[in-house]
Amino acid sequence: MKATRLGFLFATGILATAAAQADDIAGIFKVVNGGVSVERKGVALPAAIGMAVYQSDQIVTAADGSAGITFEDNALLSLGPSSRLALDRFAFNSTTHDGVFETTLRSGKLAVVSGKIAHHQLDAMKVKTPNTVLGVRGTKFLVEVGG
Amino acid sequence: MNVRKLLLPALALLLAACAGPDRIVLLPDDQGRVGKLNVGNAGGDTLLDSAYATASASGGHKAEAGHTDADSVHQEFAVVLAALPPAPVSYTLFFISDTDDLTADSRAMAPAILAEIAKFPAAEVVVIGHTDTQGSDDYNDKLSLDRAGAVKQQLIALGFDASRISVAGRGKRELLVPTADGVPEPRNRRAEILVR
Repeated sequence: MKATRLGFLFATGILATAAAQADDIAGIFKVVNGGVSVERKGVALPAAIGMAVYQSDQIVTAADGSAGITFEDNALLSLGPSSRLALDRFAFNSTTHDGVFETTLRSGKLAVVSGKIAHHQLDAMKVKTPNTVLGVRGTKFLVEVGG
Repeated sequence: MNVRKLLLPALALLLAACAGPDRIVLLPDDQGRVGKLNVGNAGGDTLLDSAYATASASGGHKAEAGHTDADSVHQEFAVVLAALPPAPVSYTLFFISDTDDLTADSRAMAPAILAEIAKFPAAEVVVIGHTDTQGSDDYNDKLSLDRAGAVKQQLIALGFDASRISVAGRGKRELLVPTADGVPEPRNRRAEILVR
């Protein structure tokens, strides 16, 4: 069996789309444990595996919750318990790999494996916390908001 | 009166009152490579560029660089790390010349590969068919798409949601083994299956 870790190569040039629109899917929940919800336009929706997330969503985990999302640029993000992550901006062009990926971790813990957006363009991926702005140049890292 | 007895509870109260700093830890990725993070705020920038390098920032002060290790990370961040989705993976299956039938080797491997794909939660699958350089562009475009379609049908037969599988045929444009035109090359007669 030939299994290759793809990293940044996923579907390059395939699934070609025009520049991403605000209503394009940003990512898909692949892992949902315990209490996890998505706040979208003022409404809290229970998260489930296979559910899509969009720019401007906030992902919230309960004390027993954790969640993992795979994004359109192949970035992987996960949240630990009692966490809140805002997807401030997400856009990705699967042909050119131009894009922007900005999130804010307001509380809790976040793990990130960056994808094609961060690989393609310096500082196109940012993670904000109450006390810092992370410019992501790759690849795998953890963030914890104090408190 | 014992000053120390007063001081300790006072210190504890003080610590509880201020939130701890934001912490950042740079990790090696699954291939052991280490990236870079710039941790910035009004106080300045701190660059992390080595495995298990840390930064701690509070109150708008420049982040303090530090260092941790794998054991501490796996204790403190076990739950969030366990929730990371699986990394995207690709597989390659090979075909008999001028057909969309798998070679005997690939036919034998297919069940194990398809079973691996089935383990992906809410799998998104892209199948890309390819040919060798024998025959015209048009003929190979169709043959490559037929190969991708044959793999898609096997996935659907296993219960995959057809809407989560996209197919493409690349004809003889993306050779795994570069050859001149008109050359039979078994390694170019293939379908890549990209899964995330």
